[in-house]
Amino acid sequence: MTKYRYPLLILALMLGLLASMTFAVMVGSVDITPRIIWELLFTKLGLSLETTASNAQSIIIWEIRLPRVVLAAIVGAALSISGAAIQALVKNSIADPYILGVSSGASVGATSVILLGAFSVIGNYALSFAAFLGAISAVIIVFLLARVNGRISVVRLLLAGFAISMVFSAITNFMLMMSKQQGGIQAVMHWMLGSLAGAKWANLGIPFIIFLLVFTLLLLNYRQLNALLLGEETAATLGINLDRFRILIILFVSLLTGVVVAVSGSIGFVGLIIPHLVRMMAGSNYKVVLPISALIGAIFLVWADMVARIVIAPEEMPIGIITAVCGSPFFIWMLRRRRYSFGDGE
Amino acid sequence: MLQVKDISFSIADKQILHNITFSIHQGKFVGLIGPNGSGKSTMLKIIYRHLKQTSGMVTLYEDDIIHMAQRKLAQEIAVVSQETPVLFDFTVKDLVLMGRTPYKKWLANDNQEDFAIVEESMHLANVQYLENRTFNQLSGGEKKRVMLARALAQQAKILILDEPTNHLDIEHQYQLMDLVKDLPITIVAALHDLNLAAGYCDELLVMKDGALFMEGTPEEVLTEETLKHVFHVQAGISKNPFTKKLHLFFYTEQ
Repeated sequence: MTKYRYPLLILALMLGLLASMTFAVMVGSVDITPRIIWELLFTKLGLSLETTASNAQSIIIWEIRLPRVVLAAIVGAALSISGAAIQALVKNSIADPYILGVSSGASVGATSVILLGAFSVIGNYALSFAAFLGAISAVIIVFLLARVNGRISVVRLLLAGFAISMVFSAITNFMLMMSKQQGGIQAVMHWMLGSLAGAKWANLGIPFIIFLLVFTLLLLNYRQLNALLLGEETAATLGINLDRFRILIILFVSLLTGVVVAVSGSIGFVGLIIPHLVRMMAGSNYKVVLPISALIGAIFLVWADMVARIVIAPEEMPIGIITAVCGSPFFIWMLRRRRYSFGDGE
Repeated sequence: MLQVKDISFSIADKQILHNITFSIHQGKFVGLIGPNGSGKSTMLKIIYRHLKQTSGMVTLYEDDIIHMAQRKLAQEIAVVSQETPVLFDFTVKDLVLMGRTPYKKWLANDNQEDFAIVEESMHLANVQYLENRTFNQLSGGEKKRVMLARALAQQAKILILDEPTNHLDIEHQYQLMDLVKDLPITIVAALHDLNLAAGYCDELLVMKDGALFMEGTPEEVLTEETLKHVFHVQAGISKNPFTKKLHLFFYTEQ
């Protein structure tokens, strides 16, 4: 990559993200011009005092659409960097952020809230809280299973993730089968396929801060992530303390994925395809892969959420269906490209 | 500088290495020879701490390497292993630059010095013309030389090579050995080709069935008797008229 291509690409993607977000706020049952959006934004930030937005417009933009679009961007970016990091951690190109059991654990938590009314004492936050708890419990179990003599074995990590996902899915399915509740199954399905409809400013803070934390941490360790792609043995001879580094990655990536799944459900495909797309465009160096994945993931999910809102309006399509429908053909196209090898070197 | 003291290694109940002791002196080119399965790679892996011995100790400047920080160890010992599968693709230059990893703290950028070292390493390993190619497109021999360049960029004091001439054509075998021999650092290499070992090494360690069978200069070690006993071949030994080094030829009695 030539000297200026990378900063230019980052700049272009940032502008692309802003444009996508603006457009996503414009679209909906009430039409809104970009001018009003930016005016309102500057007013809210205290940079300008005048706005032509009506009260209703202002509420629609500020309370409903904007938090949702911002959440879409955060979730997309978070899932993409988590996917990129996990692919290096387990040195496998089919890995995604849910491979360590996060989504199946979260599903158990969410299902028990939706169907059984667990954690109802904490009100509106019960769903997110239970999902996060489920996600983290699953990862901790997987982590403990994968430890042998104080070392993390990658194969065991993958297999334990698979086994624990099976067990947790069985628990979810059992609760679903036993439920007599009207609409309960549909509500659970809706949650599992992901939705950003619950976005409010109040619940954006934690995901955003955790995203920034994990993003910074991963970027600071880009050399280690690169070295992992050369295999354990070589990574170690390059001075990387594998055991410590793996624990660090598992811990922080699971935290981020858990937080994201708690607010949005388990949105699939983003964490798998975006890192591959980025590698195809810009190579495998994590110094480049991480920021570009974050930006492209954010843009992708902003668009996916917008489609989810409008495609069967006034009903909403679960966003997981959109990501799969848009993502799969693209992924299949990538599979047929000879230039990108998905890591097997052919 | 490097001492291997009474090293044994077992996997489950099978003992792979038996009480191996030897020392390696600064600046020497030491060859590790022995038949398949004699424990050469295992011995090397213990020296660079990929495997942990069952008993015994490896010391570097009198310090037990077990207690050394990983980063510190990587500044002392660089390794070119037999195979390095690379998941996803990197340009040759990026890969060689990874050799600088042990010197980099969290926020450190790659600076002019790093790039100069990378250039020089690529030049030494004769891969400079490949710098913008991607690794997985290269031939086996080219990959080997890129990995060597990466190890050179590590600027370690000891370079460990596990069968470095595998996959290389005859020209590149000699080219690589010439290059390695001229390096002002200590080299420990597991070698299959006994003529290469005879031609380039200062000292040879002969392994048989997981034990150190013999050590010494090529002239001391490579005798008809040793070759018959360790490698089960009949050998004739003469001098290469051009290099004045030992030259071995082999035959069986059929």
